[in-house]
Amino acid sequence: MSTYDTMRHFADSWGLIAMFVFFAAATAFVFRPGSRAHYEEAARIPLKNASED
Amino acid sequence: MGAGSLVQMGLWALLALLAITMGAKAEDLPFAVHMYIFAAAALLALVFKARSFGKPAPDTSGYLDGVVRYGAIITVFWGVVGFLVGVVVALQLAFPGWNPDLEWFNFGRLRPLHTSAVVFAFGGNALITTSFYVVQRTNRTRLALGNLSWFVFWGYQLFIVLAATGYLLGVTEGREYAEPEWYVDLWLTIVWVAYFLVFFGTLLQRKESHIYVANWFYLSFIVTIAMLHIVNNLSIPVSIFGSKSYSAFSGVQDALTQWWYGHNAVGFFLTAGFLGMMYYFVPKRVERPVYSYRLSIVHFWSLIFLYIWAGPHHLHYTALPDWAQTLGMVFSIMLWMPSWGGMINGLMTLSGAWDKLRTDPVLRMMVISVAFYGMSTFEGPMMSIKAVNSLSHYTDWTIGHVHSGALGWVGMISMGCMYHLIPRLWGQKEVYSLRLVSWHVWLSTLGIVVYASAMWVSGIMQGLMWREYDDQGFLVYSFAETVAAMHPYYVIRAFGGLLFLVGALIMVYNLYRTIGGQRPVKVAVPGAALAAAE
Amino acid sequence: MKHESLEKNATLLLIFSFLVVTVGGLVQIAPLFYLQNTIESVEGMRPYTPLELAGRNVYVREGCYVCHSQMIRPFRDEVERYGHYSLAAESQFDHPFQWGSKRTGPDLARVGNKYSDDWHREHLMNPRNVVPESVMPGYAYLMNKEVKIAGFGKHLATLNLTANNGKGNMYSDEQVASAEADLQAQATGVDADAMLARYPKSQARDFDGQPAKVTEMDALIAYLQMMGTLVDFSTFKTEVEPR
Repeated sequence: MSTYDTMRHFADSWGLIAMFVFFAAATAFVFRPGSRAHYEEAARIPLKNASED
Repeated sequence: MGAGSLVQMGLWALLALLAITMGAKAEDLPFAVHMYIFAAAALLALVFKARSFGKPAPDTSGYLDGVVRYGAIITVFWGVVGFLVGVVVALQLAFPGWNPDLEWFNFGRLRPLHTSAVVFAFGGNALITTSFYVVQRTNRTRLALGNLSWFVFWGYQLFIVLAATGYLLGVTEGREYAEPEWYVDLWLTIVWVAYFLVFFGTLLQRKESHIYVANWFYLSFIVTIAMLHIVNNLSIPVSIFGSKSYSAFSGVQDALTQWWYGHNAVGFFLTAGFLGMMYYFVPKRVERPVYSYRLSIVHFWSLIFLYIWAGPHHLHYTALPDWAQTLGMVFSIMLWMPSWGGMINGLMTLSGAWDKLRTDPVLRMMVISVAFYGMSTFEGPMMSIKAVNSLSHYTDWTIGHVHSGALGWVGMISMGCMYHLIPRLWGQKEVYSLRLVSWHVWLSTLGIVVYASAMWVSGIMQGLMWREYDDQGFLVYSFAETVAAMHPYYVIRAFGGLLFLVGALIMVYNLYRTIGGQRPVKVAVPGAALAAAE
Repeated sequence: MKHESLEKNATLLLIFSFLVVTVGGLVQIAPLFYLQNTIESVEGMRPYTPLELAGRNVYVREGCYVCHSQMIRPFRDEVERYGHYSLAAESQFDHPFQWGSKRTGPDLARVGNKYSDDWHREHLMNPRNVVPESVMPGYAYLMNKEVKIAGFGKHLATLNLTANNGKGNMYSDEQVASAEADLQAQATGVDADAMLARYPKSQARDFDGQPAKVTEMDALIAYLQMMGTLVDFSTFKTEVEPR
């Protein structure tokens, strides 16, 4: 039981915070200033060879 | 033509011999039937390989689209089969006389046939076909590893035939959406590894420096399904000459393993892979880049991370420990966010081009499918809340939910993609008749709405009837009375399914007229490869 | 590591996305195998007799699980309708589990001993003869299909290869060795004492009304008649109250 309680408390606190921070950081990274041009170029990949198909 | 071909032929001969031996020693009839089917397939492969001797080396420039053409046709074929069996099983529930009471065609055996035909035969072929199409075009390179993609195609069809005939013959592991027995599972594993090698190999030899996001979704779908398939199907055959096996796990562990698989068959097979389709074909159809590429990246990582935890919501209030149920519920609710992020991303791709919806019924079909995706990914998290689930679980509400996702999202995005792909693969600008596409769109939309609303009403009604008490504190309804109350809704449901089937038949006619008399076209790989082709 | 390297390196993308999808499974499933409180210990549970196992295999083969659950939830209405809510221990010998996901028909977790053998046989042959509202298919052909008794010990031996929650073999060597005889004895009720001693609380008789042969109908009814009968709930107490 105590193993279970310890793990439960960890998951409710530090585990949760860690996952949230990771998510926020990853999102912030994707939306970082200066990356717009790079992603806009990537988004055009399907449209590049419009003539063939 | 050289030593490689000889080795391949030897391998096929060996496999055929092995299968014939196993068939001869078989301990039950279905196993023998399956081994002989397998042997026949191996011999066919051998003959096909032998016939290529002395012929000039095939043209390997340009995209490898032959397998995509075959895939597109077989997708449509299995779709119609799956929908048809769906209508039959719906009629069996409405009118039990539709059960012939012969062992091969009772509801219990046809229902897995229906689910596997639509999920694995129709959906699976749509995924393999579009992924082969998309990965070549977004990476400007031909499919890797020579003819291995053809092996994937035919190997997968063999898997479907073995699975389907197995269900009718009573060969099943009794695990929903993973019914095929151990030897069919082994074969699928081989095919799936080949599929992974072709897809991943193509990514490795790409000419585009960035890997387009649609490929991420396809890749994670392929890898995750491999993992789920292997773990969930761990079982021990009673004899290597017989079809029966016993699951390696039992009871509560088996239940969670199965629904970890089952829910992620939805999450990765029926969602991630089809999102790959959405991220390529919707922008292509609108002729605009996806609304936000950055959102698609966040969508990808959060979707694959969250989905894998959601399985336990199929086991609320069961003997599964509470902590696992709660975990499943929390992650299912969180899953709503990336799902809607993806839906918004797909729909907003049309911003500034909404007028195309009026003129292009194929785009209309794709947009409706994304809308259904949004609807069922809202309904799903809601049903995973334990209080809601206590009512909805075990009822038709779940069936309605599944079908709004499967017919609405999976079915319509796949058929939309086929309408886009097929004319282009046969050198046409568009399908034979856009008017007929429009008919198809509205018939299937109407069919889904009829289907889902009938199931909502019957599901909620039956759930409430089961728990209704009278003044004296007695249960009001016997179980049989709640079954009788379902009858009108089962009839309406069958009608909704029939509308969807009719729409699909219109599609068959339309595509037949599109292809009829046309020759396949060869598409050159743009860029550097062009020079090499000449 | 830059995200760009993920976008441009297929191998990294593969490894990273694979790691992301393994986390959930590991955290959820792995503990079930070693946490002691996953399966409570309950008196009375035993593995299936050979005949019950053969019947269970028919149940799986015919896809009964697509319409019948074997999992009673701890709600007042379910407990009153079907009986005590299901315990994890009660499916510990189920390879595969058959909890089900849909109740087109009623839950069967405790159907054992609630109806007579005759009722079951009649119901399985033509459900609407006894339940007019039923939409269940008929299974009359089970009356003519004989259970393959020869070599049935292999089924028990195969189940002994499973992990069985670390509790050792499911079946003793004696049970494996006498599987064929036990199957025959239970389906006829003739010379069944040894079999009844090997499997406590089991029932031996001719289940399908055809004493001359051991059919799949015998096996299926034997399985149905034992479902939920092993644990004695007059002495069993749990801390959870039905909701």
